[in-house]
Amino acid sequence: METQELIEKIGLCVARGKVNIASPFPKDMLGQEGTDELTRRALEIECPPDKILLACNDGMQVIGSKFGRGEAFVPELLMSAKAMNAVMAHLKPFFKAGTVKTKGKFLLGTVMGDLHDIGKNLVSMVVEGNGWEVIDLGVDCKTQKFIDKIKENPGCIVGLSALLTTTMANMAKTVEEIKAQFPETKVIVGGAPLSIGAAIKMGADGYSPNPQGAVEYLNNCLIAS
Amino acid sequence: MKSLLEELKKGKVLVSDGAWGTFLFQRGLQQGECPELWNITHREDVFAIAKSYIDAGANMILTNSFGGSPVRLKHFELSGRAVELNEEAAKISREAAGDNHFVLGSIGSSGALLMMGEITEEELFEGFYIQAQALKQGGVDAICIETMTDIQEAAIAIRAAKEATKLEVVCTFTFNKISSGEFRTIMGISPEEMVSAMKDEGADIIGTNCGNGFENMIGIVKEIRQVDKTTPILVHANAGLPIFHEGKVEYPETPETMASRVNDLIDCGANIIGGCCGTTPFHIRAIADIISKRK
Repeated sequence: METQELIEKIGLCVARGKVNIASPFPKDMLGQEGTDELTRRALEIECPPDKILLACNDGMQVIGSKFGRGEAFVPELLMSAKAMNAVMAHLKPFFKAGTVKTKGKFLLGTVMGDLHDIGKNLVSMVVEGNGWEVIDLGVDCKTQKFIDKIKENPGCIVGLSALLTTTMANMAKTVEEIKAQFPETKVIVGGAPLSIGAAIKMGADGYSPNPQGAVEYLNNCLIAS
Repeated sequence: MKSLLEELKKGKVLVSDGAWGTFLFQRGLQQGECPELWNITHREDVFAIAKSYIDAGANMILTNSFGGSPVRLKHFELSGRAVELNEEAAKISREAAGDNHFVLGSIGSSGALLMMGEITEEELFEGFYIQAQALKQGGVDAICIETMTDIQEAAIAIRAAKEATKLEVVCTFTFNKISSGEFRTIMGISPEEMVSAMKDEGADIIGTNCGNGFENMIGIVKEIRQVDKTTPILVHANAGLPIFHEGKVEYPETPETMASRVNDLIDCGANIIGGCCGTTPFHIRAIADIISKRK
C-alpha cells in the first residue's frame, strides 16, 4: 500500500471504529486490518506521524459530526474512540519526543453532585481524538477542584458537564467562580438538561449539545487567540 | 401482592407518581449526598414525598431507590448497605400507599457501559438481583426498571428482577427525538427494537420515561403501538427541558399543559401515566382528574 493510501485507510478506520483485524466491528469490515495494524505498518515505512494524526482527526470529525446529527450513536462513537486510542498508542513516542504536538489543554469534569460520566467521557474522547490534551477531572467535581487545576494548567480551556437537572445550579456557581478568579479562561458547558439559553444565563463562553460542537468551539478558540 | 396486569385488564388507565429528586433537594438533600441514604436518615421526608403522590390521586407510587443498585452505591461507599437501603425504600412507599395502591420498586440504569468493559454482565446481574430482592422484601408489588438506553443492560435487569422476585416487571426506556424526527436512545435503539427485545425477556409492561416533554411521549407511544397492540404501556413524562432562570431550574410544562394532552396519550395507547423530572403532585392531580372524567 502506498503511504498516502495507508494514511487515508487509517483515517477511515477511525471514522468507522475498526480497531484491529480481530475486531468484529463494524460487520462489513470483518477480517480487515484496523488502526492498530495499519498504524504499525505506516510507521514502519516511515509515514510522518503528524500526517497520520491529521487523518485520524479527520476520521473523528466524520463520526463526531454524524453523532451530532443523530446519524450515529454512543456505540459507534465509542468504537471510533477505541480505534483512535490504538493509533495513539503507536504515536506516543512521537508525542514524548515532541515530533507531534497537541493543540492545547482541555480541562473537563462533571460538576458537583452529578455522578454521570458517559456524556463527559464521549466529549473527552472526541476532543482528544481531535488533537487536544484532555485533563479529565472525573465526576462530582467541586468548584475548588477546577480552580486548582486551572492554576496548574495556565491557558487551558474548561469544560463542565451535567446530566441531572438538579445540578444545573451547581454548574452555574462553578462557572461564576471560575470567571471571577480567571476572567480570561474560556468555559464551555454541556449536558442533557442544558440549552444555549441556560449557558448564556450561567455566564459560560460556549455551549454544545454534542461532542463535535465542543471540538468546533475549541478549534475556534485557537483561531481567535 | 397485587397484580398490575389484572387491574389493567379491567380496562382502566392508571395514574403513577411524579418526580422525587427535586423534592428531596427541596427538603435539604445536599449535592453529593446519596439520595437512597435518606431512606434511613430522613425517613419522614421520603415518606412525605411518597404520600404527596398518593394524596394527589396516584394509583401507584415508586420507591426512593433509583440509584440503589450496589453498582451505583459504590460511589458513596455504600454498596454494603444496598439491601438495607432498598428494603427501607420499599417499606416507606408501602406505608404511604397502604393496601389499596400499588408500589413499584424503582431500579435505574447502572450508568456504566457494558461495551466499554466498565462493568461485566455478571456484576450488573448481581447488582440488580440484590436490589430487586431487597425491594420485594420491603413489600413492593412490582419492579420498575427505568431510564434504560441499552438493550443488553435492560435485558440483564429484567432477568435479574424476574429471577429474584417472580413479580411483575415494568421496563421503560429513555428516547430522544433525533434530527430526522425519529426516536432513538443514546445507544441508538428505536422504540420498535425496544419492544421486541423487552418482550423476549418477559417484561410484563413496557414504556418510556424522562425524555423531553409530553408531546414526544405521544409520538413514542404511537411507535410502540404500531408494532405491539397488547402489552400495557407505562409513560413517565418529564415536564419538558428545564429552563435556567435567576439561579433556579424551572420546567416549561405546567400541570395544565400536561393535562391537556392526557386524552391524546391514552387514545394512542398508554395504559399508565405519571411524571418524571420536573413534575409535581399538582401535575399528577391534573392527570388523575382528566383520567377520572373519562370513565
